[in-house]
Order: sequence, then structure tokens, then C-alpha cells
Amino acid sequence: MTAVKQLVKGLAEQHGRNEESLLPILQGIVSQEQHISEDAMVEVARELNISAAQVYGTATFYSFLHTKPLGKFVIRVCKTITCMMHGKNQIIKELETVLKINLGETTHDGKFTLLETNCLGQCHKGPAMLINDKPYTQLTPEKVREIIMMYRHEEVRAN
Amino acid sequence: MKKKHLQRLDLIFKNEHDTEAILEKTFKRSNDDVINDLISSGLKGRGGAGFPTGLKWKLASEEETEVKYVICNADEGEPGTFKDREILSSVPHKVLAGMAVCARIIGAKKGFIYLRGEYLFLKPQLLEAIDKFHSLLDEMKVDFRVEIFLGSGAYICGEESALFESMEGKRGEPRNKPPFPTAQGYKDKPTVINNVETLAHTYSIFKYGPEKFRDLGIQDSRGSKVFSVSGDTPVPGIYELEFGMSLQKFVDDFADGDAKAVQVGGASGFCVPRKRFDKTVIGYQGKLRGTSLPTGGSMMIFNSSRSMYNVLHNYLDFFVEESCGQCTPCRVGTQQLLLGVEAVKKGEQPSSYLDKLMDLAEAMRITAKCGLGQSVANSFSSIVENFKEEMIY
Repeated sequence: MTAVKQLVKGLAEQHGRNEESLLPILQGIVSQEQHISEDAMVEVARELNISAAQVYGTATFYSFLHTKPLGKFVIRVCKTITCMMHGKNQIIKELETVLKINLGETTHDGKFTLLETNCLGQCHKGPAMLINDKPYTQLTPEKVREIIMMYRHEEVRAN
Repeated sequence: MKKKHLQRLDLIFKNEHDTEAILEKTFKRSNDDVINDLISSGLKGRGGAGFPTGLKWKLASEEETEVKYVICNADEGEPGTFKDREILSSVPHKVLAGMAVCARIIGAKKGFIYLRGEYLFLKPQLLEAIDKFHSLLDEMKVDFRVEIFLGSGAYICGEESALFESMEGKRGEPRNKPPFPTAQGYKDKPTVINNVETLAHTYSIFKYGPEKFRDLGIQDSRGSKVFSVSGDTPVPGIYELEFGMSLQKFVDDFADGDAKAVQVGGASGFCVPRKRFDKTVIGYQGKLRGTSLPTGGSMMIFNSSRSMYNVLHNYLDFFVEESCGQCTPCRVGTQQLLLGVEAVKKGEQPSSYLDKLMDLAEAMRITAKCGLGQSVANSFSSIVENFKEEMIY
């Protein structure tokens, strides 16, 4: 059994084989693989006995579900108004410099992907970003450099 | 320090743990009594739409179906809103208590908290609160369970019927209404869906009685409201204030002395320019003089250094991305509004084109399927009308 098959089977057993478990299963795939491949979609459809088109429809609707490969750490910088007012563009610029990629790209080592996202609900502490599911607020270019360094050294694993 | 006009309240965030006493007290009373308390308190939905909470519970309780659901809407996605996150992280037990009372009244055995994907980091502590809550329910022999359902980054899923679709494994596309959720909600069963803050308020109402809540606020806007204050303010943050306040007093207390506009209710809300601060009241439309504006609590302050064109552009960009694409007025309308303001700014279209765009926004208000498309006109027209020269030059 391929790794994807095994992963999807495990998730279906955990969440149940009904339509209500579709989103939790897709979220489970993303948390393991960072994206939902075509193989994974076909496998989910088979496990839940629904059409692959339905799985595709749902998988492509949500901004946190990706169907293209992403880095291990997905950085999402809030671009909504108050974060923008408080210097979101500087934060993006700093991240681009530190990671040596442009917005929307993934680093060559497959570690980081840099994206923008809509309101993160941290407007009083902008600029803000998420790295995977962890929020970072009141960002400054210096702070951003330190955070990326920390991830690079994988110190975050120690937590 | 300037003199403070507005009284800061501490009802929602007050550190009190009386879930057991509240459940015992309300379970002993008849459903009608509890519903009447909610209705007489004047509590209205705190997500922004303002439907009377007691009436919503009453409608669901009258449905004769065995399976019903209670859902807490924690898909807080409106730009400038962050109060539900704070409520869920500091007083989740109040929200859960409200859900349990609602479940008892309408006859539901299952509840869900629909938590936005951006708040995944709250899940561990929320699960802890739910475990504790379940133990209490077991002790009291109450047959009710709450689960967390996680969203995946879609603003539209805060719209209740899109939220149900999402929980059913579909794209988050809003349904036609009627039928309303109290008749056909999640899995087409009668469902009460309330905002996080609304449920937390029911805790205080059951504890202190409806009068205490009703004594706060004015006319159709009763009780307190949690506001999320951001933008050009020296004191950004979360504040519980009396409902029905004057915007002028709010600006005096929270702005930096140079406020030129306040966006009330987020990207889907209204922009109020300085000259209208003293004529605007934050609350539901009643017999008030001047304008009254409802809000889910988002208050974004802009000072004179800000370009209102950039503000509008940011909102439109947001709507273009977050429109579910299901109905044409919203899918195409949001894109055309964005292209239109860009064309006027670049001088490719005359300034009179703004009037055409406002007509388009108004057409969206009438023809769009759900609240998202209908409310784009709120921010669009209020910003364009009040800051026309900034749109052109």
C-alpha cells in the first residue's frame, strides 16, 4: 500500500466514512503532506464512496487546502487593511530577502513557502503572520529574521 | 490623559465559574420562562446581523423533529474583528454553558463549535475546556456533547448556511433562504447557530437576570457589546462597552486625535467620515435621531495620513478573493468594482464612472444571493460618497 493510501485510510478510520468527515480528512492530509495530491483526492473519493469531482470541488474551495506542493513551513502574512497600515509590505520584503524567494514561491530546500492571506484576526497586533498554525504578531523586520532563523535551526521542534 | 466618556464594562470577561449553578437553575424552569427571559433581555445576535436570540431559540424549540443541533459560530473572519478569539480563549466555559441551555430548550443532543482555521492554535485549550464541561454534564446526567469542527480559511463560511455546507463536506456556498436554519440547518435538521459572543452573553443573562442586561444600552440595542478596536489608535484591543454609544464619544476615547473616518462593522460595514461622528450611534436601527449602525464589533480608525482609496482597494481585493463565486452579481460585481476604481484612479475612466460603479454596488445589494455580495455596497458607497476626491486624484 502506498504512503498516501495508508494516510487516507487511517484518516477515514479516525473521522468516519461519511460526507461530514471530508473536510477533516482533507485537513489531515494537508497537515501531513502540506498539500492534497491528485492521488490523495482519488483515494479519499474511494474511501468515502463519493465522486472524485466532489472531493476536488471541496479541496479547491478553501484557501488553507492546497492542491500544489508547498514547503514544510507555510508562512501566511496577513494583507488585510490594519496589518497593511502597520507595515505588512516591509515584512514581506524582509521575508523575501531572508528566504531568497518571491511572494508565492517555495525555497529550493522545500522548507518555506511564502504566501499572503486575508484577515487573521490579530488586527490589534499587526502586522501578523501564521507559520503553519502558529501565529506571530507585532512583527518587525528584525523579529522576522529571528523567527526564520529559529525555524531554520529547527529549534521549534524542541517545543 | 483625556477624560473617558464611555464606561468600560466587565461582564463577558469576568472571571466567574457558575456553569453548574446556571444549568441547575435554568433546567428547573420551563422552556417558556427561559426563552421569555432571553427575549425580554433584548439580546440580539452579536455576529452583526442582530436577530433576537430568544426568538431564534423559540423557533427551533417549536420544530417537531427528533434530531436538532446547536452550533457556535466561531468563524470570525470579518476584517477588524478579533473579539471571539479572546472570548474563546479566556471564558470558553460561558459559551459552552450557553450552548447547553440552548440544547436543553430546543432538544438537541449534539453541538459544534465551528472554529476558523486561522484559530487552530486555540484548539488544544478549547478541547480541555470541552472535556471539563463534558465531565460536568456526565455528573448532572445531561445528554449533550460538543465537538470542534475546524474551518479551512474561507470568510464566506461565517455565513450560516455556507457554514453548514462546509460541515457537510461541500464547498462553502450559501443556500437560499428560506428555509431558515431554525427549520432546516445542518444536515437539514433544525439548528440554532449563534455567535460566540451571543452565547457568552446568555451566561450573564441566566446568572444575573434579564433586567441587568436590559438596563444597559438604548432602545433596540440592549446590553453590552465587545468591540475590536484597531487602526490608528494608541490603544488597540478588545473593549466591552455599553451598546448604543455615540461614535463621537468612541472617537474621543479611542482615536489618536486625528481621526478622519471610522469603518464600523469591517469590510462589509460602513465608513463614517469625521463630519458624521456626532450624528452616528453604534447600534441597531430604532427611533433614534441620526444614523445608527450595527456592527459585529469591528471598529477600524483611520487618521488623516491614510488614503481612503487604499482602504477601499484593500476591501475590494478582499471581497474578490472571498466571494464564493456561486452567483454572478457577486462574482463579477466584486471584480468589476475593483477594476473600476483602479481605472478611475489611473484616469482611464472619467470621475462620473464612480456613479456607475455605485449603481453596480446597489444592484449587487438587491440581487446577490447572500450577505457577502449584498453588503459590498455598504463600504463601497460610503467610502466613495464621502471621499470622492481621494478616489479620483
